[in-house]
Amino acid sequence: MTRFFTGLMRLRRGPWEMLATIIIAIGVFMLMQPFVIWAFTYSFVVTLTGTVMFIIVSHFPE
Amino acid sequence: MSDKTLDRVASATPPPVARKIRGLSDRAIAWIFVAPTIFLLLAINIFPLIWTIRLSFTNYKANRIGREVKEIGFRNYERILTDSDIWLNMQATAHFLIWTIFFQVLIGFALAWLINKKFKGNDLWTTIIVLPMMLSPAVVGNFWKFLYQPQIGLFNYIIAFFTGKEPSSFQMLGEVNLAPWSIVIVDTWMWTPFVMLICLAGLRSIPDYIYEAAEIDRASKLRQFFTITIPMVLPFLMLAVLFRGIENFKMFDLVVQLTGGGPGSTTELTSINLKREAFEKWRTGYASAYAIILFVTVFGLASIYVKALNKVKER
Repeated sequence: MTRFFTGLMRLRRGPWEMLATIIIAIGVFMLMQPFVIWAFTYSFVVTLTGTVMFIIVSHFPE
Repeated sequence: MSDKTLDRVASATPPPVARKIRGLSDRAIAWIFVAPTIFLLLAINIFPLIWTIRLSFTNYKANRIGREVKEIGFRNYERILTDSDIWLNMQATAHFLIWTIFFQVLIGFALAWLINKKFKGNDLWTTIIVLPMMLSPAVVGNFWKFLYQPQIGLFNYIIAFFTGKEPSSFQMLGEVNLAPWSIVIVDTWMWTPFVMLICLAGLRSIPDYIYEAAEIDRASKLRQFFTITIPMVLPFLMLAVLFRGIENFKMFDLVVQLTGGGPGSTTELTSINLKREAFEKWRTGYASAYAIILFVTVFGLASIYVKALNKVKER
């Protein structure tokens, strides 16, 4: 866990890609969940944020 | 080729052509080869994508050419993301996605595990199992429609044989609670072999010496399965899950052939709904925004897929 946060602080690709992946997964879950409509409403913004973030952080150093 | 022939070929080449080719750098030659592909990619993929993004901010209707096109900002996105009917379509897609992936992974892995054992007729069984995957979705949709027929369909008779129900007392494609399962069954039947092949690749990549070491350590078969087989096949399974997830999120042809989105809109997956908005209601701007939402979702999933693929490659 400490390594993960250190990686985030030092702008390393691995942890940032992991974070972007989690955000995308949350966005996709929000899009398809049957519980609350507000989550569906904000799902696109969350997925878009994760996807753009993934594109940017995949250029970070290892 | 002898030197004489080479000399003859060289002397036969017109001097201006020879000079031009000789004058190009490696980089320029590379660009000449790559340019047609780049041009096609721009024309077929990138330009329509940019145009769709532009249209998604307008009220454009493709069936009304002379009509004034107004910029309406994010209104199309707002409408889609607050529409409870689209939310229901997403849930139908989620139901389809979750259950198909669950069954395909479960059955696919079990089949791969069995096929991986050495037995007589191994290759023949692999070929037979892989057959459904090679058929066209339109053909599969049509013949499963016959199998699901309440009067003459074989599926109903098999269910009737095991449950004692009348074969014509239920309609797989016509009942609200059965139709979503009918498309899950067909997709599972068609695409389980694909998951099986990926799992088989994973199983065959595990070196025998690991199992031999486990045998020496007196690890039971069950323990070997959970501590060697599962962890080593997991990246391949992840790959299969992501691949099927992306494919099924875009599922269109098979479901259109089977149910056409019905009964009501119980099997109306997002791609079918999108087609209706774009080419039946002709709300092009609205459909463009809808397509962009789906595109971003698939793109996001594809990013995860590429990451998983790289992990598998690293092994």
